[in-house]
Amino acid sequence: MEAAAKVQRQMVRLRGRSYVAFVFVPTVPIQDWLLEIDTTIARSPGFFAGRPVVLDLSSVDLSQSGIGHLLTSLQDRNIRVLGIEGVDEGRLTAMMPPLLSGGRSCVIEPTAPKKPEAKAETKPTSLLLETPVRSGQTVIFPEGDVTILGSVGSGAEVVAGGSIHIYGALRGRAMAGVNGHTSARIYCQKIEAELLAIDGFYQTADDIDAALRGKPAQAWLQGNTMRITALN
Amino acid sequence: MAKVLVVTSGKGGVGKTTTTAALGAALAQRGDKVAVVDFDVGLRNLDLVMGAERRVVFDLINVVQGVAKLPQALIKDKRLENLWLLPASQTRDKDALTEEGVGKVIDDLRSRFDWVICDSPAGIERGASMAMRFADEAVIVTNPEVSSVRDSDRIIGMLDSKTVRAEKGERVEKHILITRYDPSRAARGEMLTIEDILEILATPLLGIIPESQDVLRASNVGTPVTLSNADGAPARAYIDAARRLCGETVAMQVPTERKGFMDRLLRRRAA
Repeated sequence: MEAAAKVQRQMVRLRGRSYVAFVFVPTVPIQDWLLEIDTTIARSPGFFAGRPVVLDLSSVDLSQSGIGHLLTSLQDRNIRVLGIEGVDEGRLTAMMPPLLSGGRSCVIEPTAPKKPEAKAETKPTSLLLETPVRSGQTVIFPEGDVTILGSVGSGAEVVAGGSIHIYGALRGRAMAGVNGHTSARIYCQKIEAELLAIDGFYQTADDIDAALRGKPAQAWLQGNTMRITALN
Repeated sequence: MAKVLVVTSGKGGVGKTTTTAALGAALAQRGDKVAVVDFDVGLRNLDLVMGAERRVVFDLINVVQGVAKLPQALIKDKRLENLWLLPASQTRDKDALTEEGVGKVIDDLRSRFDWVICDSPAGIERGASMAMRFADEAVIVTNPEVSSVRDSDRIIGMLDSKTVRAEKGERVEKHILITRYDPSRAARGEMLTIEDILEILATPLLGIIPESQDVLRASNVGTPVTLSNADGAPARAYIDAARRLCGETVAMQVPTERKGFMDRLLRRRAA
């Protein structure tokens, strides 16, 4: 038997995300500096592919046309510049990348550009709780799945980066896949939840089909819709 | 070996003070030496329920702050030889309770009594957390309604994390005491059932106290309900609960609606 909640709402979600960018600091003469870039590309052709690049012009004094020329030279080498730093805004035209500020330095691991999918492969560890989660308590585990051998009380909150498994009644809130993990699911033995959320899409108690209440159920995302169905 | 028992609930008006007085008297009647301690600083009631309000000289805060010695502040019950009250201050507030001071008072009480029963104020703030801080056991007073049960769940979570025992990795033994249980409303399905409450709270049951006029009457005359009408249903339920606290096995009585001869007669007439 399958029963699905019909209410579907689409909402605007704003998320912060940070990327590691290469920062290029050109030196004079520009021609020699470009040759350096060429040797790097010759050694490992995919080195700059798909990588955000920021141009730091603080150690050179280039005119507007000079900057334009530099940007074209980089574009010829398949390097796309995300933003420019260390230059007076007046020297940039509207067609050029925007002026950036507030960047922080960090270490770039050389292997990272070669396998960007490695991030998705990191195995999520899991958290096991053998006691009930009481009203007012919050369990936060962004690293992976949470398993609870007991109930989650009304007014309690479970937040997981992965899926949430509750071998008891879920009377509080459960938020799975909080880091954008759309395939996360929520399972419970008895659904009396106040709120269910997966990757930011949520349903409150009112949205959950009354026929499911008190039964074993699971919730998952189908595209941008949360579906809640009975287990077994 | 003295035991420190906290009577708590989260929600107000569920019967913590009544329960403290009733259990204290029932335990004292068994021959144990009992101190009941009022932690509701600023809104004290236990002295009234125990009928000791005219004899308060020093209070818990005086002892915590070292102004008075513990024996000076303890008030001996007029009816029971083994029952003592440590009242709260009415003029101060809960900020006057320091963890260090309360810890010292509790240690001192431990050395003098078999049972130290702490009557917690409502809420989850300083007063309530100080009352439960040094407890070995807890009685969670719950009414058969959703708001009370959810607050009890919250308090159980605090007992499992904010007490000295919990911080040492030990357990505070917890018991649920359901009060103001109305058999006629339960029969009509207007209250949460005992099973629902125990399923939500996942904690063993200590007893079920029926809703009764006896309780109100006892509070008004300043006598613990277990002494004022020892044969009444609430008194018997409290006495059984006290026996269970002492480790005895007593069969659980679920209060049922009792119809007298007149009730039956009247029903027939009305129908």
